[in-house]
Amino acid sequence: MLSFYTLFYKEVLRVQKVAFQTLLAPILTALLYLLIFSHVLEQHVEVYPGVRYTAFLIPGLVMMSVLQNAFANSSSSLIQSKITGNIVFVLLAPIAYGEFFAAYVLASVVRGLAVGLGVYLSALWFSQPPMQYPLWIVSFALLGSAFLGAMGVVAGIWAEKFDQLAGFQNFIIMPLTFLSGVFYSIHSLPTFWQSLSRFNPFFYMIDGFRYGFFGTSDISPWFSVAVVGGCLLAMTGITLVMLRSGYKLRG
Amino acid sequence: MFPAVDARQVHKHFGSLHALDGVDLRIEQGEFFGLLGPNGAGKTTLINLLAGLALPDGGQIFVLGHDVVKQYRESRRLLGVVPQELVFDPFFTVRETLRLQSGYFGLRHNDAWIDEVMHHLDLTDKADTNMRRLSGGMKRRVLVAQALVHKPPVIVLDEPTAGVDVELRQTMWHFIQQLNRDGHTVLLTTHYLEEAEALCGRIAMLKRGRVVALDSTRNLLSSIAGCRVRLKLAGILPAALQSQVVEKTGENYLLALSTYQALERVLAELRLAGVTVQEMALQQPDLEDVFISVMGR
Repeated sequence: MLSFYTLFYKEVLRVQKVAFQTLLAPILTALLYLLIFSHVLEQHVEVYPGVRYTAFLIPGLVMMSVLQNAFANSSSSLIQSKITGNIVFVLLAPIAYGEFFAAYVLASVVRGLAVGLGVYLSALWFSQPPMQYPLWIVSFALLGSAFLGAMGVVAGIWAEKFDQLAGFQNFIIMPLTFLSGVFYSIHSLPTFWQSLSRFNPFFYMIDGFRYGFFGTSDISPWFSVAVVGGCLLAMTGITLVMLRSGYKLRG
Repeated sequence: MFPAVDARQVHKHFGSLHALDGVDLRIEQGEFFGLLGPNGAGKTTLINLLAGLALPDGGQIFVLGHDVVKQYRESRRLLGVVPQELVFDPFFTVRETLRLQSGYFGLRHNDAWIDEVMHHLDLTDKADTNMRRLSGGMKRRVLVAQALVHKPPVIVLDEPTAGVDVELRQTMWHFIQQLNRDGHTVLLTTHYLEEAEALCGRIAMLKRGRVVALDSTRNLLSSIAGCRVRLKLAGILPAALQSQVVEKTGENYLLALSTYQALERVLAELRLAGVTVQEMALQQPDLEDVFISVMGR
């Protein structure tokens, strides 16, 4: 248990030591999105009746930051350790693969939630969305960040150079988050794109998370939580099988 | 009593390369054991398999009776490995690095031993320095300290003195020898053969993934018959002695002698040719001679 705790603590300490890059920079990026999109669209778009566009946008941006940073944490830490070679210190230690998984994923959850909270608190200056069901908010934030943290472990282990990881991030994570309904409701899309969005797990994370604020969503939160929970279970299974086999870590 | 390390018919392939080809090796508890071989012989591969950094394609390795694959947590707890590459985590100080490593091995409140290890490796002054700011030699000391934080009964050093200055070598060997006297088993790979000769009680030599020699250092040294004589001559070496020349620089000759008695014949030939001996020194065979002889077979 102490092995797991130490690895988790090491990962959190790493985030803290480079907080400008890991915490403050993503908060600033999300606020810039909020500033620009709300400035341009505030007067033109009303997604939910009676909800200002800026208020609508805030939960989506918070969740997008949670997800992207959870992914970035485990993936970048692992690839850095692999490339500099210091992953050897973890591999030499008597750490079970389940502990390894839990430590990296939990640290990703912590960073995702820290950035999300930072974005939310800063965004309150622009608009104060209601918070109807806090338990849904917390549930989707935890499940979503754990899913992305696990996906980051897979990507960090699979990638052999920074370029490959950047490809994973820019061609998979970014499009899936941007096309998940952060900036709009999928009901505003043509039917084809609406149907396609239903295959994007990020859509259910954003939609369910937003339900916690407004009590309104495109899809039932129960259905969304089942999809996100199922995705997390599947990703956990894939990651544990990879770690157990020593894929790309133990030659 | 279980052997410290017991490798049985270990095989490892990298593509078409048969990096380890049926290695059998048994290292008893308390030994100071040397693993020698040219680059690419399979030394580091064997150590990686022992440490669980790679998985064998065939055979088994046990550390104090624990299978390194099936009982990896137990076997890793018993091993302290100093890797060959100079790696470090740039986010942390020396003390943080050693505390984290202790935690990975399940040790809380390990500062007393961490302080002692740092003291023995002359790291105390650098305890709160970030790893990035240390010189190469200092980083190497931290690698050794990291391998020792959990007081492992079996210490594995993979070329620990490559590119390291004399002072660190002496400091490090002093400490490792003390640990060996206290009962820790030491497995060393090195390219410095004089180091292996001075430190190791037994030596295995690997060549193309196979153990080609395995014996006590004393027996290996005595397996090379004869000795050598270094001569500085005032004149030219007689033709009758040319076949014995191992090395020639100017008027200096190194001649191989099958026995000590053969020296008498060399001196007689020189007297007969009227060549004066200006300097003369007899040389015992060393591990390098054994190494060259074994690898040349």
